[in-house]
Amino acid sequence: MLYTIIKENTYKDSIVLMLLSNKLSAIDGVSKVSIMMGTPANKDIFKSSGLGTDELEKAKPNDIVIVVDTDQEQKVDEVKEEVEIALKGESDSQNTSKGQEAHNWKRAMELANNPNLALISIPGQYAAMEAENALNEGLHVFMFSDNVSKEDEVKLKQKAHEKGLLVMGPDCGTALIHGVPLAFTNNVNEGDIGIVGASGTGIQEVTTIIDRYGKGVTNALGTGGRDLSTEVGAITMLDSIKALNQDPKVKVITVISKPPAEEVQRKVLNLLRNIDKPVVTLFLGDKPSYQEENIYHAYTLEEAAVVAVQLSNGDKPNFEPTTADVNVVLKESQVGIKGYYSGGTLASEAAMLVRDAFKDTMTEEQSDRYVLKTNTHEIIDLGDDVYTKGKPHPMIDPEKRIEMLEKSVNDPETAVIMIDNVIGNGGHEDMASELAPAIKRILDSARQDGRQLAVLATVVGTAQDIQGYEKQMEILKESGAIICKTNDQMVRTAIQLICGKVEQPIVDVQKFDYTKENLAVDDKVMSFINMKPSVINIGLKSFTEAVQNSGSECVQFNWRPIAGGDEKLMKVLQFLNYYEGGTI
Amino acid sequence: MGFRTINEANEAVIQKIIAAAPFLTDVVPAKSVIPELKEYVLLHAGPPMKYENMTDPMQGSCVGAILFEGWAKDEEGARDLLENDQITFIPCHHVNAVGPMGGITSPNMPVLVVVNKESGHEAYCQMNEGIGAVLRFGAYNEQVINRLHWMKDVLGPVLSKALRTLAEGLNVNVLFAKAIAMGDEFHQRNIAASLAFLKEIAPIITSLEDVEKEQCTEVIQFLADTDQFFLNIAMAAGKAMMDAARTIEHGTVVTAMCRNGENFGIRIAGMGDEWFTAPVNTPQGLYFTGYSAEDANTDMGDSAITETIGVGGMAMIAAPAVTRFVGTGGFNDALETSNQMTEICISENPNFVIPTWDFKGACLGIDARKVVETGITPVINTGIAHKIAGYGQIGAGTVHPPIECFEKAITAYAEKLGFKG
Repeated sequence: MLYTIIKENTYKDSIVLMLLSNKLSAIDGVSKVSIMMGTPANKDIFKSSGLGTDELEKAKPNDIVIVVDTDQEQKVDEVKEEVEIALKGESDSQNTSKGQEAHNWKRAMELANNPNLALISIPGQYAAMEAENALNEGLHVFMFSDNVSKEDEVKLKQKAHEKGLLVMGPDCGTALIHGVPLAFTNNVNEGDIGIVGASGTGIQEVTTIIDRYGKGVTNALGTGGRDLSTEVGAITMLDSIKALNQDPKVKVITVISKPPAEEVQRKVLNLLRNIDKPVVTLFLGDKPSYQEENIYHAYTLEEAAVVAVQLSNGDKPNFEPTTADVNVVLKESQVGIKGYYSGGTLASEAAMLVRDAFKDTMTEEQSDRYVLKTNTHEIIDLGDDVYTKGKPHPMIDPEKRIEMLEKSVNDPETAVIMIDNVIGNGGHEDMASELAPAIKRILDSARQDGRQLAVLATVVGTAQDIQGYEKQMEILKESGAIICKTNDQMVRTAIQLICGKVEQPIVDVQKFDYTKENLAVDDKVMSFINMKPSVINIGLKSFTEAVQNSGSECVQFNWRPIAGGDEKLMKVLQFLNYYEGGTI
Repeated sequence: MGFRTINEANEAVIQKIIAAAPFLTDVVPAKSVIPELKEYVLLHAGPPMKYENMTDPMQGSCVGAILFEGWAKDEEGARDLLENDQITFIPCHHVNAVGPMGGITSPNMPVLVVVNKESGHEAYCQMNEGIGAVLRFGAYNEQVINRLHWMKDVLGPVLSKALRTLAEGLNVNVLFAKAIAMGDEFHQRNIAASLAFLKEIAPIITSLEDVEKEQCTEVIQFLADTDQFFLNIAMAAGKAMMDAARTIEHGTVVTAMCRNGENFGIRIAGMGDEWFTAPVNTPQGLYFTGYSAEDANTDMGDSAITETIGVGGMAMIAAPAVTRFVGTGGFNDALETSNQMTEICISENPNFVIPTWDFKGACLGIDARKVVETGITPVINTGIAHKIAGYGQIGAGTVHPPIECFEKAITAYAEKLGFKG
């Protein structure tokens, strides 16, 4: 039987509520429970998950809705109590944090000390509007939010460009601004390598490898995954490259992206050919077919990081891939590689290498649930929308990964299982301890079944990360996993185990003509990357804490939808609030 | 007039409100200052409406006004005129006037004249009849009609003579300032202001040479008995202030709020004379013994002009004494109410300093944008009428405008400025 509880006018962020949903599901006697804000989209999710009720329809976007499926009516009270405790705890912790908090733009601007960056992590349908408000206030924008339309992205980035501001994102997971980590970012040494990346975990993998080599990154600018699409035209990437070029502290520029649209790639490369500093590019998925005198085209994330380190040291680029030692005896029938990733770019890199190794013998199935799927191999990005609808990201929530691990052992053809553990700010406090028991269980279960299994794991992180890089590796190692230093090494190890090999590209240096570009950068962008940002954080509270912990100023803007979440009225208000004209 | 932004325009509007200098100068027959108020024409409260859509008390007021004017001999004759469209209705607000509750005003009723000396705007409001069976709540028995005649023949002329002895009239802002410090909020509670008015006017009335002593006594007794007498002066003053502010013609400051039992109407500066309406709510509050919410009429009257200028419910904290009467808990609730109202207002009014609010000025300039943004609607203190004509007031409480009025207003204004989508 379904019971509906509505808490009027109590706005909470979806991540807070999703974590609470998980907690409530654990109550004995509750067969299903979900807690969300009463937006039209969420109501659809309730309905499609079999939790649709009549009362639900009455909920407004600013109401918290809880639907409980249970045979014992008294369980509803228990759920209610848990919710009250959790929400109260949440607001208590809000009260004890440093500094004051704002509920609207006006107050946020008053509280902030010369703010220059808005960090936005509110629901996608409202994010574009608040990003525009931030630009109107003269702030650079970091948009963690996803589900923002491409049209809005183009509009925002054009506006930002005209105003001399940067928009990082939408769907930007990672950035380091003058050493200050934003959103899901590792604590990395400062140093002379500058990074621009269209992928969050790509930036994390490269910066952490650089850190572990003893070098550093002061600015890693995220652009969001669609920046290099034809429509957006790499607006943020081009402005960011110019900024890193103008920054005297940057010695080497590293550019990371999926293969962009052809004309966009041409635009980016043309700009890079204007630049005198050594450049490393990684268009992950493309196997480089040439090198340039001043531009090193890398094939993998590790290669990009290692070459950047070498260039920063003044050494000649030279990358030798490695594999880890594995003592596992596989049966002839064990031929499958399974990859269960929380980092999307890491999953893409794995798919790229597996494809490269077995391209002649494998047939791929097309499915949006897999990054790579054949009759033997499967590589999954569990952070993809298909898996995260109404659930927290696998970097925060281990549940889905544990489920996949346990399922994989039933397939006797599985030879290798690969998992990543991305630590750092924003991540789970101890993911290794969550995954370790599952790893132990599947290794035991395979053994009982009379076969061995290789579980490979890599930790993306640095010694400065709160979870502890060494400690996370140690826990995974104890569970029986084989630790690989990088994703590159992990995937090559897996491939080697089933007798494959990825050849490094052997390429010639070519020369290209290029058209001259104006390399000037707006002062606002230069001053942005040359000092610790003063941040207004709109949305997820934990981002404020991370910024404050790194010694930067941050005002928490406890956002809730204005005008009761009515989108047309929100647009009317935005129009009026920022109306400028001599004729009114 | 060039304003670059809405904020600049709004600032100009609130400066106009602060600068306003309302003076009570006279009491005159309505028809002498409102040329539209000819025979068989009546004014009503709120945005435009038809007779058939008026609630029973408002229709009762119409009957009373017709009997007072002598356009019909009895109730039946009056109803005949009304139901056969023989009477033309005009909203008070359209002719520089405001009217309490039903707001029914006829040509020969005396009206208070308040002049805004800063802008020259004049505004009119009929005088308060006291409590009990009164026309504004729909009563039209003999006692009501007789009182209206007395007000026309005695009260009006006497006050007129008294006010005319003052070169400039009576400075209403001074009365506001004094009385807000004595616990009035000018909608539910006017006793201090009414006494302050009586204090000014009584010595003049007693010294008038061409008025019989008996009439002087009657007038002073009436003023002393009528705690809410100042409400109607405040309303006319509010109208004169906001009509001056309306001349800015830009921005999102609310320049009028009124209701007619059917619809609530608001105006904003940027949309000039246009009304933005939505169905009215019914007040929530406390009832006199023997009555309950079931007996309550829907919200009506132009008296919400007091909230429009930032007093009334907006200044609840100024009048802790009435908070319980209007159904709120007490001092802390009043404080919370007024604090909440600051979230939808632009500034505070230095002319109306509230001691109980740590000498903060009353709320100034309701910004329709902020109302929509926050979902907080202005709070209006109001009397509650019985839904059957003639019973009069049965309680008091608070009421809120429907938010749709504000949503419609800002949407229309955005579209006027070129918003598409």
